[in-house]
Amino acid sequence: MANNAKLKKQGSEEIVISMNGVNKWFGSFHVLRDINLNVHKGERIIICGPSGSGKSTVIRCLNALEHHQGGDINILGVTLDNNVHNVETVRRDVGMVFQQFNLFPHLSILENCILAPTWVKKMPRAEAVDLAMSLLERVKIPEQAHKYPGQLSGGQQQRVAIARALCMQPEIMLFDEPTSALDPEMIKEVLDVMVGLAETGMTMICVTHEMGFARKVADRVIFMDEGQIIEQNEPEAFFSKPKSDRTKLFLSQVLSH
Amino acid sequence: MKTDHSTAYVRQEDAPLLPPPRNETGIIGWFNQNILSLINDFSGIGAAIRSVLMAVGTLAILYYSAHILWALIDFAIIEAVWSDPDELKRVVCTTEIAGGIQHNGWHGACWPLATAKMKFLIYGAYPAEELWRVNITGLVLIIGLVCLMFDRMPYRMHIGISMLTIFPVFAYIMLVGLGDWIGLPYVDTRDWGGVLVTLVVALTGIIASLPLGVVLALGRQSNMPAVRYLCTGFIEFWRGIPLITVLFMASVALPLFLPTGVTIDNLLRALIGVTLFASAYMAEVIRGGLQAIDKGQYEAADALGLGYWKSMRLIILPQALTYVIPGIVNTFIGLFKDTTLVAIIGLFDLLGAAQAAINDAGWSSPVQAITLYLLVATFYFICCFVMSRYSMRLERKLDRSNR
Ligand SMILES: Nc1ncnc2c1ncn2[C@@H]1O[C@H](COP(=O)(O)OP(=O)(O)O)[C@@H](O)[C@H]1O
Ligand SMILES: [Mg+2]
Repeated sequence: MANNAKLKKQGSEEIVISMNGVNKWFGSFHVLRDINLNVHKGERIIICGPSGSGKSTVIRCLNALEHHQGGDINILGVTLDNNVHNVETVRRDVGMVFQQFNLFPHLSILENCILAPTWVKKMPRAEAVDLAMSLLERVKIPEQAHKYPGQLSGGQQQRVAIARALCMQPEIMLFDEPTSALDPEMIKEVLDVMVGLAETGMTMICVTHEMGFARKVADRVIFMDEGQIIEQNEPEAFFSKPKSDRTKLFLSQVLSH
Repeated sequence: MKTDHSTAYVRQEDAPLLPPPRNETGIIGWFNQNILSLINDFSGIGAAIRSVLMAVGTLAILYYSAHILWALIDFAIIEAVWSDPDELKRVVCTTEIAGGIQHNGWHGACWPLATAKMKFLIYGAYPAEELWRVNITGLVLIIGLVCLMFDRMPYRMHIGISMLTIFPVFAYIMLVGLGDWIGLPYVDTRDWGGVLVTLVVALTGIIASLPLGVVLALGRQSNMPAVRYLCTGFIEFWRGIPLITVLFMASVALPLFLPTGVTIDNLLRALIGVTLFASAYMAEVIRGGLQAIDKGQYEAADALGLGYWKSMRLIILPQALTYVIPGIVNTFIGLFKDTTLVAIIGLFDLLGAAQAAINDAGWSSPVQAITLYLLVATFYFICCFVMSRYSMRLERKLDRSNR
């Protein structure tokens, strides 16, 4: 609790992500309905909700892996539209970690990490290697740097994926169910890394069903269902006094096991 | 000692780690698993019948394999004529009944014929005093290829790039010539022939069809409809007509569309035809590889801000091409053998040159054709086999570093 209070102070007034009236359709299926969300610098947001509720789609809209069709999305002062240049600018500053890790299997761990800094940011190779090694140190696997992704366990791969995203020195990190594809004994090592990252004041948006993690680091928990934000609140209030029936039902399902 | 595992139980001692049973390793193990196990199962009537059939089949196959191998050795080595010191030509490879010096019923290869025609089979009618140019080009090619086969070769990357960029220019200058002023007089491609033409057509096709195939495959997956339709149309067009028709059209129909006075070299037409044809096939092979790539790879590359070209070059293509090495090499091998079709438009590739040598009345004998065909077949087999083995090695190597 004390930890939570300490972390919360890091959220500042500056708004780094704003979604205003965002709508999106897959064909005729209305997947996102009137999403409004402002995120302050340093804020840590957890998104939860039943499968198919549009959680992934929301965060994939934030780095234009999906294109929204109505409303505005503004990231770090850049408006996401059809302008390719804007999209590239935003992607440089927004890191993403996927459920399936998506490491590049033909490149070693180190090469996975230095690829984007050297090719996108034109960072000198030696500098990129130093940066990558320090970040691999932070996710506690520097000794695996010269192995290939296929030789690592799921938990190790996901930690590499986090390091790879951090190598771009992003302002914002997006996580889409980072522990859902992991064997139970590996979940903790990944969550520990994410808690460590939260303590550095990184702006984070994380889709997860790890409610313990949510309580520990979140400034705000958002509950989504059927493409809408149903409820959002500070974690303590969210978990102890959920207001909407749908939230209560969902929480009873995820917390019961 | 057997322990009952059906009740509560705690292991006190680890079970011992044992080596595998003896008859499962080594040559004996191989024989037991692959042959003996198939033919010594008499546990029932069905199994017994199967075992007997397997045994009979195995023996029959062994017998006929040995038979064919023996016939080949007998023809090509034991019965073969090796030299013709008195320059008797056809007489040395003909039986007495037909006016030759071999005993009646003789049937063997006529290697003096191959020796006499060797120059023609390799160079065609390339002028004798300029042959050194072909030899040097061939030597550079061989050295380059050998260097590329060794993983630990220093400057391997540079050698590879030079082989793809500088070497073609070098080969063009050497083979076609620059003019008398520099000591490299022009040699008309109509005088080229044999292995020279085969390798020029095959290597140009191989080197050019891969990048073209990549571009076409990417184009076929493009988001831009115009690009997509263009590439799809191109691929379907070239895949839809036989190569022989392509070559025929190139030699007969193309001149009709060109302004009078403009001519295109016959060899160049064949090169273009073969390359475009092969690149259509290549494109489809590569597209197969692109489709095998997980969507997450594209997304991870996008999320890192790599952009289309960088993500293709650094992430997608290296993986896609690795997946489809067997298909790529398959296309290369097909292309290599398809070069024999250029004989249709009057080019003397190796097969065409052999055909011409077979028609030489001075060597006319019953074994004339079979000797030369055997030689040509051996050449094609060695080339294709080397490609096949190299691709397998490459696959294993890339597989090791990937997974
Ligand atoms: N590319 C797509 N095309 C069509 N429908 C999609 C696509 N991606 C997701 N959907 C659908 O949109 C809905 C929301 O998906 P998603 O955002 O992945 O949900 P969540 O992450 O909350 O489980 C689901 O019903 C899913 O089937
Ligand atoms: Mg999802």
